[in-house]
Amino acid sequence: MGSYVPSSAAEREEMLKKIGVKSIDDLFAAVPRKMLVKSLDLPSGKSELEVSAIMTALSEKNKVYKTILRGAGAYDHYIPAVVGSVLSKEQFVTAYTPYQAEISQGILQNIFEYQTMICELTGMDVSNASVYDGATAMAEAVPMCKERKKTKAYISATVNPAYLEVVRTYCSASDTDLTVIPAKNGKTDVKALEKALSDDAACFILQQPNFFGLFEDAEKIGAVVHAAGAKYVMSVNPISMGFCKTPAEYGADVAVGEGQPLGMPLAFGGPYLGFMACKEAMQRKLPGRIVGQTVDVDGKTGYVLTLQAREQHIRREKASSNICSNQALCALCAAVYLSAMGAKGLSEAATLSTSKAHYLAKELCKIEGVDLVYKGEFFNEFVTTLPETGKVLKALDKAGILGGLPVDGGVLWCCTEKQTKEELDRAVAIVKEVLL
Amino acid sequence: MNIPQDLLFTKTHEWVKKTEDGTVLVGLTDYAQSELGDLVFVNLPMEGDSVEAEESFADVESVKAVSDVNSPVTGTVVAVNDEVVNTPALINETPYDAWLVEVGEIEDTEELMNADEYAAFLETL
Amino acid sequence: MKLIFERGEEGQFLSILPKCDVPVTKLPEKLKRAGAPHLPHVSENELSRHYSTLAKAVHGVNDGFYPLGSCTMKYNPKINEQVSALPGFTGVHPLQDDSTVQGSLEVLYDIEKALCAITGMDALTLQPAAGAHGEFTGLMLIKSYLRSKGQADVRKKIIVPDSAHGTNPASAAMCDFTIVNIPSAPDGCVDLDALKAAVGPDTAGLMLTNPNTVGVFDKNILEITKIVHDAGGLCYYDGANLNAVMGVVRPGDMGFDCIHLNLHKTFSTPHGGGGPGSGPVGCKAFLADFLPGVRVTRTAKGAYKSGSAKKHFGEVKAFGGNFLVVVRALAYILTLGKEGIPEASKNAVLNANYMQACLKEDYDLAFNVYCMHEFVLTLDRLHKETGVSALDLAKGLLDRGIHPPTMYFPLIVHEALMIEPTETEPKEMLDSVIAAFKELKKVAYENPQALHDAPLHTPVRRLDDVRAARTPVLRYKFS
Repeated sequence: MGSYVPSSAAEREEMLKKIGVKSIDDLFAAVPRKMLVKSLDLPSGKSELEVSAIMTALSEKNKVYKTILRGAGAYDHYIPAVVGSVLSKEQFVTAYTPYQAEISQGILQNIFEYQTMICELTGMDVSNASVYDGATAMAEAVPMCKERKKTKAYISATVNPAYLEVVRTYCSASDTDLTVIPAKNGKTDVKALEKALSDDAACFILQQPNFFGLFEDAEKIGAVVHAAGAKYVMSVNPISMGFCKTPAEYGADVAVGEGQPLGMPLAFGGPYLGFMACKEAMQRKLPGRIVGQTVDVDGKTGYVLTLQAREQHIRREKASSNICSNQALCALCAAVYLSAMGAKGLSEAATLSTSKAHYLAKELCKIEGVDLVYKGEFFNEFVTTLPETGKVLKALDKAGILGGLPVDGGVLWCCTEKQTKEELDRAVAIVKEVLL
Repeated sequence: MNIPQDLLFTKTHEWVKKTEDGTVLVGLTDYAQSELGDLVFVNLPMEGDSVEAEESFADVESVKAVSDVNSPVTGTVVAVNDEVVNTPALINETPYDAWLVEVGEIEDTEELMNADEYAAFLETL
Repeated sequence: MKLIFERGEEGQFLSILPKCDVPVTKLPEKLKRAGAPHLPHVSENELSRHYSTLAKAVHGVNDGFYPLGSCTMKYNPKINEQVSALPGFTGVHPLQDDSTVQGSLEVLYDIEKALCAITGMDALTLQPAAGAHGEFTGLMLIKSYLRSKGQADVRKKIIVPDSAHGTNPASAAMCDFTIVNIPSAPDGCVDLDALKAAVGPDTAGLMLTNPNTVGVFDKNILEITKIVHDAGGLCYYDGANLNAVMGVVRPGDMGFDCIHLNLHKTFSTPHGGGGPGSGPVGCKAFLADFLPGVRVTRTAKGAYKSGSAKKHFGEVKAFGGNFLVVVRALAYILTLGKEGIPEASKNAVLNANYMQACLKEDYDLAFNVYCMHEFVLTLDRLHKETGVSALDLAKGLLDRGIHPPTMYFPLIVHEALMIEPTETEPKEMLDSVIAAFKELKKVAYENPQALHDAPLHTPVRRLDDVRAARTPVLRYKFS
C-alpha cells in the first residue's frame, strides 16, 4: 500500500517526543472512544502497478466511438496537441486559487487573458474567471438580474433540458418564480413570451442556437424582453462565435455558455467550463472570481483577484452566490485552445461543423422516412424523424458510430469538424440499409 | 480623530447634518472610514426609496470588507451623492463633506449623539 | 510578462484543421457577427513559450511547502493523473447508453461505496463540482426533506458558528434559509448554551466542520448533533477538514445527516489553480431519495445501471459531475486502502502538532491545545509590538520560497495565520519552514521595515489592490 507519507518511524518518534505525547492516537484524545473506527470497510491498499491495471481495465469497459454524431451539450471537437502539453504543466495543475498574487501571476494573467477572450467571443464588456459548467452559468445568471421589484425569471423551453433542470433547481432553492415559455416549431414562441412577461420580470433566458440546433429570432426576442424592462440572458455555443452574431449584437445583458467545446474532452460529462460575461453596468453583480490588472509597489504591471467584496468570503450570507472555486484549469484550456486556433481557426471550426451538419442532414433526408422535424437555419445540430430509431442506433453502434440522441419527435444529430465526408457517408449508408 | 461640533452621530458611526429645508444629510464618520480602510465602492439607494431608522440602506466596500450603512432616520431619499459613487475615495479624504444621501419627509429619528457624546463613545470602543 | 495578445504577428496562425470536404454552408448575413473576435495570432513555439513563462510565475504544490490552512494542499500523485487521461475515460460522451459506459458507471459505484464507508453515510452523489456546490446540494437535501414533511415554511433557520467558512452562510442564503450565527466558546468549539438557545421549532439545521475551522476536534460533537436533532433539525457536515479524521472517526457516527467532501482537498486531486474540484454529497438513508445526479445500481448479473433517485430534487449540474476528478480520487483510495486512509490522517495530525509544538515557542497560538490537521497562530501581540502584521509575515515567507498559510481566517482570531502542513511533507521540510518562521520573528523585532517591504524576490512585488478595485481593468483593450 502507498500512503505518500514520507516520514520514517524514527522521525515520527522524534516528532511525538517534541509534542510530548507517546503515540499519534493520543492526539485524538478529544474523539469519544466509542466513535473511533475499528476497521474501515475498504480493501487493502495497492501498489501503483495494481492500481494502474485496475483503472485501465475499468476504462476499457467503456466504449469509445470513432465517430460521434451526438452533441446535446457535449461536443466532440478536435483538441490541438499544444493544449494537452500546456495543461500538463505541474504549476498550473497543482496550485491553489491565486490568493497570493505575487507568486500566482501566471494563473492570474492567464485568467485575465481568458476574460479578454470571452469578452471578444461574446462581445460583452466583462467576464468572470469561469464557473462550473454551462448549466450552472445559466442558473447563476438569474440572481444577477433580480432586483427588488424585478423578481421573476423566464426561460425558453428550447434551452438544453439538462440546463433547464439546473435552472429550475436553483430557482426552487431561492423560491424564485420561474416560467417556461413554450416552443413553437422548435423555436421560442415569441408571442407567448410577449404575453407572459410581467412588470416584475427579472430576466428571460434564451439559448442560441437552441437545443435543437436552430437559430432563434434572437433580435426580436431581445426587443420584447427589454420592452418588458427585463434583462436578456443568452447562452451560446462558443464555437459558433467564430462567425455567428454575438450576444452583445443581439442586445443581451448577460452571456453564458458551456466552454467544453474549447479544448476539453467529452470525459463522461466533466470537468467542463461555464463562462459568464455581462455588460459593464452589471459587473458588480457577476458572481465568482474576477481578475483585474494593477501595478505593484515598483509600478510594474501585475494582476490580482479583484472586486472581491461581491464574494461569499467577505459578504457571507449577503453574497448573491456561494461560488468560490472556478474551473481555472479548464479556463486555461479554453485560452490555450483559442490561442492555438486564433480567429481564423475558430471560424474554420464553426464553418466545418455547420457544413458537415448540413451535409449529413441533406444526405439523411434523402432516405425514405427521414425528414427534418423543424424548418429554419441551424448550426451544427438538427432533429430528424427516424423510423426504427433503436435499430438504427444499434446498427451505427456496431460500426463504431455514436448516432444522434433520441429526443421528443425524433433524433438530434450533431457534427463537428472531426467527421470526414467518408465517415458521414458511411453513417448514412448504415441508416439506409436498416430502413430499406 | 476629527469630530465636527455641528453634526450629530449614531452608534454605528454615521454622521447627520440637518439642513434648512428640514432634510438631513447622512455620511460616514472619520472613525468609520479609518476602520474600513480605502473604500473602493459605494452602493446607495435610489431617489424616492424609503429608508428606516436603524436599518441598513446602503453598503460600502473596501478591498477586503463590506459594511452596511444604517439610516439614522425614517424617511424618503430625496438626493444621492453621485460624486462619492464615482469617487469612493472622497469618503476617506473628506468624510464630513462626502455625504451619501439626503433624506426628507422624516417621520422618525433614532437617538443621536452630539460631538462630545460621540467622542466619549469612541473612547469606550 | 507580455500578454498573449501582444505576442506574434497579425495574420499568423497554426494549421490545425483540414479543408472542408463537403459543400461549404453559407449562413445568411443576418446571423453573422460584424467582425471577427480579436484572438491571439501566434506560432506554436511562441504559444508554447508564453505558457511556459506563465507557469514559471506560479508556485504549485511541486514548487515547495504549501501550508494553506483549510485547503489541504497535499501532494498530487502522478498515477492519478495518468489514469484520468486514459482514452476510455476521456473519450466517452455523457449521453451514451449504459451498456457502453460500464467502466464509468463502475467508477461511480465503487467510489460511492468507498466514500460512504469512510464517512459513515448510506448514499452519495458525485454531481456537485466543488465544495460550495456540495453545500448548496446538501442544504437542498435538507430543504427537500423539510418540504416532504410539510415543515419547509416553518423551519427556515440554519445555524452556523461564527468561525465557519463564508460559503456556509452564502449557501444557506442561496437556499432561502435565514442564517443564525452563534458565537464560539473561548476554546473555539461550539458554545453549547448558545446552541441550545438558538435551536427551536424554526430550526432547519446546523452546518458544522469537525474538526472545526480552528483545527480543534469538538469533543461535544455527540451532544451538539443531539441538541439539533431533538429540536427537529438536521445536521450538515462541511467536509473541508475531513483530512484530519478519515478512517479514524466518521461524520455519520458523529450524528451528521448529510455531508459534502472536497475530493480536491482530502482525496489528493489537484486544485488546478482554483478548480476543477469535486464536491460529492453523502447522506443517511432517509435523505437518499432526494439526491440529485446519476444514481448507479448493480444488477444481480453484475451490470451497472444509471438512474435518478425516486424523489430527486432536481439537478445541480448538467451531467454526472466532474468525472475525471472522481477517477483520480478513486485511484487514490485504491492506493491507500483501509490502512493508508487512516495513516494519512494520522500523519497529517502528527505533522500539524509537531509544527505547532515548535512554533509555539516563538508565536502565540490562538488555541493552546493539541490540534488536528491544522492550527491557528495569532500575530496580535507581534503586530502590536512590532507593527508587523500577519500579511507582512506572509509576504516574508514568499521571499523564502514558502507559500504562506491562510491569512485572516477564521475571522474570530485576530491577525490569524492558519497552518495546515498535510501528511505528505517530510520532517526535513517542516524543520526548514519552522526555522524560517523563527528567523522571520527575529526580523520582525530587529528590522520590521524589511517585512513591510517584502516580498522583494517574487515576479512582482505587493500589488495595489485598491487601485484594481477602484478603477477595474478586467480585460485587455485592443487598440
